[in-house]
Amino acid sequence: MNNILTVARKEIQEGRRNRWVLATTLLLAGLALTLTFLGSAPTGNVGVNQLDVVIVSLSSLAIFLLPLIALLLSHDAIVGESERGTLILLLSYPVGRSEIVIGKFLGHLSILAFSTLIGFGAAAVALVASGTVISPASWRAFAIMLGASILLGAVFLSIGYLISTLVRERSTAGGVAVGIWLFFVLIYDMALLGGLVAAQGRSVPALLLDGLLLANPTDAYRLLNLGSGAASALSGMGGVAAGSSLSAPILTVALLLWAIVPLGIANIVFARREA
Amino acid sequence: MTASVTTTSVSKQYGGVAAVKDVCFELNAGETIALVGHNGAGKTTLIKLMLGLIRPTSGSVTMLGGDPARGDFHVRQSVGYLPESVSFHMALTGRETLAFYARLKRVEFSNAEILFKRVGLAAEAVDRPVRTYSKGMRQRLGLAQALLGTPRILLLDEPTSGLDPALRHNFYDLISELRADGATVLLSSHALTELENRADRVIIIDRGVKIADGTLDELRHIASLPTRVIIRLSDMEASPQWSGEWCRQAGGAWEVSVDAADKIDLLKRMTSEPSLLESLTLAEPTLDELYAHFLGRQAAQ
Repeated sequence: MNNILTVARKEIQEGRRNRWVLATTLLLAGLALTLTFLGSAPTGNVGVNQLDVVIVSLSSLAIFLLPLIALLLSHDAIVGESERGTLILLLSYPVGRSEIVIGKFLGHLSILAFSTLIGFGAAAVALVASGTVISPASWRAFAIMLGASILLGAVFLSIGYLISTLVRERSTAGGVAVGIWLFFVLIYDMALLGGLVAAQGRSVPALLLDGLLLANPTDAYRLLNLGSGAASALSGMGGVAAGSSLSAPILTVALLLWAIVPLGIANIVFARREA
Repeated sequence: MTASVTTTSVSKQYGGVAAVKDVCFELNAGETIALVGHNGAGKTTLIKLMLGLIRPTSGSVTMLGGDPARGDFHVRQSVGYLPESVSFHMALTGRETLAFYARLKRVEFSNAEILFKRVGLAAEAVDRPVRTYSKGMRQRLGLAQALLGTPRILLLDEPTSGLDPALRHNFYDLISELRADGATVLLSSHALTELENRADRVIIIDRGVKIADGTLDELRHIASLPTRVIIRLSDMEASPQWSGEWCRQAGGAWEVSVDAADKIDLLKRMTSEPSLLESLTLAEPTLDELYAHFLGRQAAQ
């Protein structure tokens, strides 16, 4: 446990020194603030709760950006150290291989969580500062959105670690990471929509649709945030959510599995590998 | 003496290629051993086997009584390792880097200043990011981390590459201190020359096979390379009358190669007529010649 914290701490220290923490926080905060004030322009101040609008726009932003940041951080975690020659020295120390993987993962997760909380939190703070009244239900939905966003980041960090232990070269890891991002964030949904269109209105078995939605962590995330409450009406995801039996706990468990399983496999692969 | 490292017929294959074949040796406490071989001869593979970073295809390695591949805490804690061309996380400072490794080894970090001084890392450099370090400074930082927690075994892969001569000297003084404390020090090198008077024992490996193991004197004895005798005669026009194949050097000196057995006899005959000689120099076979001899013998087999 001590070793895990030591490794995690070093990873955070490095992230701060490399300006990774600063850059991602500023990026997320900048985009979140932009979306908040641009997003409130069309709706004005009547009707819907403004924070719900922010939740919808921030979730859509998170689906694109957090997986990308997570993969950028993690794809090079193991293979990069191996290529730079720092891994061999680390492995000669009294530290377990799983402690290295988990410690680095936790370090990266802290960086990501910090950036998300501060970056997205800035949007909520700005709303409050501009005098908007926010209902407790909206605050709850916002908190869930923050938690889910961090979980989404954890999923893609985990996938990045798996890539990083499987490949032999950094450039390969980078290529695979970009491919994974494109697949889950863009191609998968397009293919899914294409499939639904091809089905020409025939009803798709609910179980199949549920499975397909859980098989992509970004879809599980989208459903978790936009499937219920005020956000569902705003985003148009209510229709999908109504036709699906996926509840918030199931979606959360699915995301947790997505975060744990690739990291677990990465651990096994790394333990067997010869340095 | 107790063996701190033992390898028993250890072999390691990568794919179909044997990087190390059937190597046996023991390294003892308080001994400094030079592991010598060309680049790619298998030195680094042997060191990785000793560290337990890779597992032998056959045979076994024992470090301080345990299997290094199991990663026992007390074994790992007692081993210092300096990788060939060591590298660190560029963004951290020297002090942060050393603190990180000290925590992993559960070593008090309070004596960092002493350690930095010991390896000659300037105080003003310690708090700068490693990115700004020269190769020699990185090597010193690498040495500092290897010395954390007074290790009982030190594995140093090409430790003096990138160090300037003054620092090299300083480095070997450090090795002598460690040896006096009873540590086993293994130095790998691709050249023997600089190890003269530094190593108690030399192990030469070539293409994964151990081809020689012994003190430098023993190796000299086994190789029985001729000594070169160089003289200058008082009479520049004369040629030496002593037996042997004398040949004339560019500067007017004469040189002959003489076997160890005949050396004393020749010297006695020459010095019995001191008036003929202006100067006399003996050149024992250099370590490079010795090394070349063993490699040549291996190639001939």
